[in-house]
Amino acid sequence: MPSDELVALKTKAEQRNRANRICVCTAASCQSVGADRVHKAFEAEVNKSQREEQVEVRAVGCMGLCSAGPLVRIENDETAVLYRNVTEQDASALAQSIGRAPVERLICPTDVPFFTRQHKIVLANCGQIHPERIEDYVAVGGYEALYRAITEMTPGEVLADVKASGLRGRGGAGYPTGLKWQTVAKSPDPVKYVVCNADEGDPGAFMDRSVLESDPHRVLEGMAIAAYAVGANLGYVYVRAEYPLAISRLRLAIRQAKAANLLGQNVAGTRFEFSVDIRLGAGAFVCGEETALLLSIEGRRGQPRPRPPYPAERGLFGRATLINNVETYANIATIVDRGGASYASIGTERSKGTKVFALAGQVKNTGLIEVPMGISLREIVEDMGGGVPAGGRIKAVQTGGPSGGCIPNEHLDMPVDYDSLQQVGSIMGSGGMIVMDESSNMVEVARYFMEFSMSESCGKCVPCRVGTYQMHQILSRMLSGCAGPGDLSMLEELTRAVGETSLCGLGQSAPNPIKSTLRYYRSEYEEALRKSRPSMPLAEEGVR
Amino acid sequence: MTSPTRVVTLRIDDREVSAREDETILQVARDNEIFIPTLCCLEGLSTWGACRLCLVEVSGSNKLLAACATRVAQDLEVKTNTPRILAYRRTILELLFSERNHVCSVCVANGECELQNLAQRCGVDHIRVSYRYPELSLDLSNDLFRLDPNRCILCTRCVRVCDEIEGAHTWDVMGRGIDCQVITDLKAPWGESKSCTSCGKCVHVCPTGALSQRGTAIAEVHHHRDFLPYLTQMRGERD
Repeated sequence: MPSDELVALKTKAEQRNRANRICVCTAASCQSVGADRVHKAFEAEVNKSQREEQVEVRAVGCMGLCSAGPLVRIENDETAVLYRNVTEQDASALAQSIGRAPVERLICPTDVPFFTRQHKIVLANCGQIHPERIEDYVAVGGYEALYRAITEMTPGEVLADVKASGLRGRGGAGYPTGLKWQTVAKSPDPVKYVVCNADEGDPGAFMDRSVLESDPHRVLEGMAIAAYAVGANLGYVYVRAEYPLAISRLRLAIRQAKAANLLGQNVAGTRFEFSVDIRLGAGAFVCGEETALLLSIEGRRGQPRPRPPYPAERGLFGRATLINNVETYANIATIVDRGGASYASIGTERSKGTKVFALAGQVKNTGLIEVPMGISLREIVEDMGGGVPAGGRIKAVQTGGPSGGCIPNEHLDMPVDYDSLQQVGSIMGSGGMIVMDESSNMVEVARYFMEFSMSESCGKCVPCRVGTYQMHQILSRMLSGCAGPGDLSMLEELTRAVGETSLCGLGQSAPNPIKSTLRYYRSEYEEALRKSRPSMPLAEEGVR
Repeated sequence: MTSPTRVVTLRIDDREVSAREDETILQVARDNEIFIPTLCCLEGLSTWGACRLCLVEVSGSNKLLAACATRVAQDLEVKTNTPRILAYRRTILELLFSERNHVCSVCVANGECELQNLAQRCGVDHIRVSYRYPELSLDLSNDLFRLDPNRCILCTRCVRVCDEIEGAHTWDVMGRGIDCQVITDLKAPWGESKSCTSCGKCVHVCPTGALSQRGTAIAEVHHHRDFLPYLTQMRGERD
C-alpha cells in the first residue's frame, strides 16, 4: 500500500504529462555551452505554435555525453531521438520535427557503445526527470523504497540488505558500506548523525556534481534510508561551494521533500523522523577527508585528526556518525527496492554493482558513464570513449585523481574493480578517469598532481606539509633541467616516507602519481635527469 | 558506575610491560624508559598526532601508528626502533629543518631546543633535501615576548596551551600547507592582541626558539614546563 503522499505526487506528475517531450539537459556542463538559452528557445517555440497541450519542454539532468552538449532528447511514449550540439537556432526546426521525420544533421546516435555498454543504477533518472520536481522523481518510483523500508522493514532488515548487496564506499577507499552502517547502528549513542560527503575535489571528476544536479532526491532518499537503518534523526550534506547549481537543486529538493512529508517529523505518517541540512565547503580539498569534513561542519578548521576513534564511534559533535559519499547513498534506494542479492549479481566477486566514471582527457567521447564493475579499462576508454581523437595511441589512463596513479596501455585489458586497480598501483578513487595520449610527459603529469596535493595539504602533519613541497621541488628541478644526481633516489625515498608516515589519506596517497609513473615510465625520469645540468649545488651543509 | 580500568600486558621492543588499558603506547613507553621521539605531544595538552615522529610498528596493523594517539591492548607487539622507523624519523626531522630557517648557532634556544636534541639523538648529521629559506619577519610588538617564525615547527603547542589551559585562544594557525603560520588574534601584531593575557604559557611550551622572552640572547632560553602537569592535575582533582 503506497502512502497518500506518494499517490498525490504521482497524480500531480501524471497531470503534467504530455504526449511529446523535449528534454533539454540543464546540468552544469551543458549549461556552460548555452543549454539555458536552448531551453528558453524551445519554450518560446512551443508557446508560439500553441502546442503546450501536446508538447512539454522539460529541463532534465545530465545525459552523459558532455562533449556533445547541449544535448536535447525529443521523445514520446514510443520513440526517443537524441540531438547533439543543439543551438537556439535549431530549436524551431527541432520543435517542428515532432510527429515528422527527425532532423538528421543533429542526430546523436544512441546505439553506440558509449550508451549501450552502460548499466544505469545511480544515473537511472539522470537526463530523464526534471531535477527540480519531486513529483517527477516519485513518478518513476522514487521514495517508494524509503516508504517500504520504514513501514515494512526493521532497521536490521535494511542493514542486512545493504550488507548482502556487497556495496563498497564509492568515495574512493572502498570500505564495505554495510559494515560501516552496522558499526553506527550498534553504537549505544542516543544521538547519531548521517553525513553525505559531496566535497568532490579530484581534478577531472564530476560524478557527484552531476548526480546532485540531475537527481538530488535519490541522494536524500538514500540518506533517509540510512538514517532509519542506523537510528539517526539528523543529517548533513557537505557540498563544496563551487557547485552552485547542485546546491540550489539540493536545497529545493530538501524543501520539497519536507513539504511532501518525506523528510522531517513523522515521515509519511510514521514515527520515523529525519531532517537534512546543507553545509558548504570553503574550497579545501582536504575537507573531503572524513574527520576534516566533520570538523568543518562543526565550524572548526578543517583538518584531519588521528583515527581511531572512527567517526562511526565518535564523529560529528562527538556522536556516532555515518559518513558516506554521494554515489554510495545514490545506490541505496535501488538496493532496498530490488534486494541486496539482486544488486550483488552485478559486478565482480569483491566489487559489486556499478561505478560512475567521469571520462575526460584525450578521448573522443567525454562525459559521465555508469558501468558494471569488472568491465575492462579498454572497453571504457577505447569502445565507449572512442579512443584518442586524432587516432593516436593511448599512453595511460589516470584514475583516482591526485590519490591515484597512471595505468599504462599494456594494462588496459585489466578489469575495473577495487582490487585490480590497486594491484597496478592506482586506486578506484571517486571516479575520475583521465585518458592521456603519447604527447603527455609523465614527469609533468606527476608534477601536476603533486602541485595539487601540495597546495591542498592542510599543513597539520610534517611529512605531508613539507614532503609534498620537497617532492614538488625535485620534480620541478627535473623538468627545468637543473636536477642533481641524487634527486631521483631522494624522490623515491620521499614517496615512501610521505606515504607511510602522513596523518591522513591525502598525504598517504599523495605520492601515488609519482610511484605509479616511476613504476611504468621510469625512463622518462632518467631522461629528465640525463638532460639536467645542476647549475645550483644542492644545499648539503647539514644541521647548523 | 564506570567499569574498573583493566591492566594489560604487551611487548614493546621485546620487553614485556604492563599498562592500564586506557594508556597510550607513548605513555607506557615513557614509563618504561623506552625512547620514542615527539615534538607536538606535551603532557597536559590534547593529543595532536601531527609531528609523526612517534610512529611505531604495531602487530596486526600494516600501517605505522602514532604512539601518542594509539591505546595499548592486551598482547600488543610494538616495535619502536626498526630500521624503517629510524629512517623515517630522520627524514621527518630533515624535512623540518629544511622548512624554515633553523640556524642553531644564533638561536636563543640553542642547547635547549627539542628539535636540536632530537636531531642529535636520531643521528641527523646532514640534510639531503634542499632548504627552503622562506622570508619570515619577527613579531617584536609584544613588550614581554617575541615570535620568531623562522624557528617555528607548527607543533601548535602554543595554540593548544593558550586555548585549553589559559582559555584565551589568542594563538591559531592561518593558511594551509607549506604556508601555514601561527598567528595571534586575526593576525594582529602580538602586542596589539586583545585576547592575550601575557601569561607566557605559550613561551614555555615552545619546543624551539620560536617563542621566547624578550631580553634573552643566544642560548639563553630556559623552559619552565612544570606548571603544565601541575595545572592539569589540580584541575582534574577539582573536576
